[in-house]
Amino acid sequence: MKETVRKPVLAVGPFHPLQEEMEFFQLTVDGEIVTDIDVRISYNHRGMEGIAETMQYDQIPFLVSRICGICSASHPLAYVQAVEDFAGITPPDRARYVRTIINELERIHSHVLWVGLAGHFIGYDTVFMWAWKYREPVLDLLEKITGNRNNYGNVRVGGCREDIPDELKPEILREMDKIEKKVDMLTKAVLDDPILHARLKGVGTLTKKDGIAYAVTGPTARGSGIKVDVRHDDPYAAYGELDWKVITQEQGDVFAKAVVRLLETSECIKMVREALKKLPGGPIAVEVKEIPPGEGCGHAEAPRGETFHYVRSDGGNRPVRHKMRAPSYVNVPSFRASCIGQHIADVTLTLAAVDPCYSCTERLAVVDSHNSVIHDYDSLLRLSREKTARLKKEIGAPEMRLEDI
Amino acid sequence: MSSALSNLFWILIFPGFLFTVVLGLAASWIVRKVSALVQWRVGPPFAQPLYDIMKLMGKEILLPQEAQRHVFIAAPLVGLAGVLLLSTMLWRITIAETAFVGDIIVAIYLMVLPSLALILGSSASASPHAAIGTSREMKLVLGYELPLVLAFVVVIIKTAGHVEPGQQLSLAAISEHATVLSVSGMLAFLASLLCVQAKLGFVPFDIAESETEVASGVIIEYSGALLAVWKLMHAMMLVALPLFLVMVFLGGFGTAGWPLVAGIGKYVLVLVLIILIKNTNPRMRIDQAMRFFWFYCGIALAVAVILATIGNYYGISWL
Repeated sequence: MKETVRKPVLAVGPFHPLQEEMEFFQLTVDGEIVTDIDVRISYNHRGMEGIAETMQYDQIPFLVSRICGICSASHPLAYVQAVEDFAGITPPDRARYVRTIINELERIHSHVLWVGLAGHFIGYDTVFMWAWKYREPVLDLLEKITGNRNNYGNVRVGGCREDIPDELKPEILREMDKIEKKVDMLTKAVLDDPILHARLKGVGTLTKKDGIAYAVTGPTARGSGIKVDVRHDDPYAAYGELDWKVITQEQGDVFAKAVVRLLETSECIKMVREALKKLPGGPIAVEVKEIPPGEGCGHAEAPRGETFHYVRSDGGNRPVRHKMRAPSYVNVPSFRASCIGQHIADVTLTLAAVDPCYSCTERLAVVDSHNSVIHDYDSLLRLSREKTARLKKEIGAPEMRLEDI
Repeated sequence: MSSALSNLFWILIFPGFLFTVVLGLAASWIVRKVSALVQWRVGPPFAQPLYDIMKLMGKEILLPQEAQRHVFIAAPLVGLAGVLLLSTMLWRITIAETAFVGDIIVAIYLMVLPSLALILGSSASASPHAAIGTSREMKLVLGYELPLVLAFVVVIIKTAGHVEPGQQLSLAAISEHATVLSVSGMLAFLASLLCVQAKLGFVPFDIAESETEVASGVIIEYSGALLAVWKLMHAMMLVALPLFLVMVFLGGFGTAGWPLVAGIGKYVLVLVLIILIKNTNPRMRIDQAMRFFWFYCGIALAVAVILATIGNYYGISWL
């Protein structure tokens, strides 16, 4: 017999039926109560930032749209805005509206997808199947416009790749009417069902204070009463010209996040209608000759929160640095504030309630053997500093300490 | 045929193992197909439950290194034996009228066996997920056994005046009366329907196996033929438990002519009710489920017992 005292640990991951992605939540449990949580990522690191440096500016939207299958309009848009930022390119009006419509269609299908998944997580598979059926026509619309159900890659530096043809407008409006009814039905069902209330209300509460401390974004923040939304705070595309409001809820629990997403979907439908009505004529893209040296930032409100891209150019046809930060990367650490002290049944739901997207969140960790991480964040930082110091010594740079700055 | 051989025939072929397994696989197909239709899916072909069992039978059995091997392997068989006895007994009472006094007590006892076997097997499997599943299953059993027994007490009180003296605890005598056609009987039927839902491990009471929380919890370490035995046990429970409800509350199962058709109708009704509850509810949390069974079901059934007693005393049959 081994004499070690074992901590009762429940492993949610690396492969777990909760979410069919590689994530690892190590829940330390005391009976049914979770007393500690440890998050481990980097099971599927794809090195997107490195790949982006090997690609030309026009190829990168196709790459970054594959960061996440569901945020595949927001990532390219943020990237394109970063390039347009330092290259001084202004996209034509029609392109801005087309970008808005594609992004809002994406938000509709993403939020409806989450409602279905949330149903699945609490064993309500009927909601899961129904919500995903409702989502299907939106994907069909996106396919008709861009050619792909997901991974649209519909933006390019200076405009858009595919236009919304005029003959498609009535169909989009018709589908919006249909999906609006279904979203209203889902909203009512969630607001009225007493068992859903019992399962969702007061569960995994993230207070406003904790939300600000962990710098959460997107519906996770808006569910905690923090009114942040890139579309509102720093309007891009055509959001500044449309009439819409930022949805917030004060409670911070899973129920509030569900309500935020459902009401936001209704707002999205309104925005798509208005944008279609205002859709100006003209070209959808401007000619871009070359990208000057410089560096720029772009951000967009993905369905899960703010996605941020930084691009640096040396005047060549490839960026020399492309930094991406997806919303789940800042939302995931907030689990420490919202999960500890909750039931296991509630924690798994709370983990899912920020709608984490692991493929967006993946970061590098060097693993030596089956379960020992030999390089974590701290050791990588130390290695990086040592290398910088060595390089500085080689080129004879003056000694500088952090304290001097 | 000697009596030992005919007993063996009853238990293994008809109406015991083989008959119940065939019916059970058909019932689990109905559960899957109706759930699929409710969810706008196509659903599996009729023989899918059989294919699943056959495939699992041919798979390797993995035994966890630190498991208590004997208990781990024996548990599914114990559970299967319990359900086998239960279903044989119920069918024999229906078909051959081989009833004995107090068989309802034996049935209640046999109905606990599958849950006990699940608890034994999962706690022997040395997995943290199974440990949490085990504790949940235990709490659940503690939760629903009280209302279930109370519900049967209601039935026994209701039928006490109508059966021959000394037959109050006999299922055959009880099943001649449709207790559900009274206020207390209805309350007891609804409460025990929910208890059966919990026994079957269906939403909203699939807490011990909840896939998205503890990844099948109690049966997480089972594989191959042992898992197939659990599936078989579950399929047979799908026959035995609704049949038991039909016998206790809905006036029994006939053997020929219209009573047989009515019996099948009653069975399908109970099954469809179970499927509908399964598909229109989210999973409860374990503390919510216990509160539900002890407080809400407990109070409702206490009221039902009082109503049944009053009705019995004053001869008001609808109470």
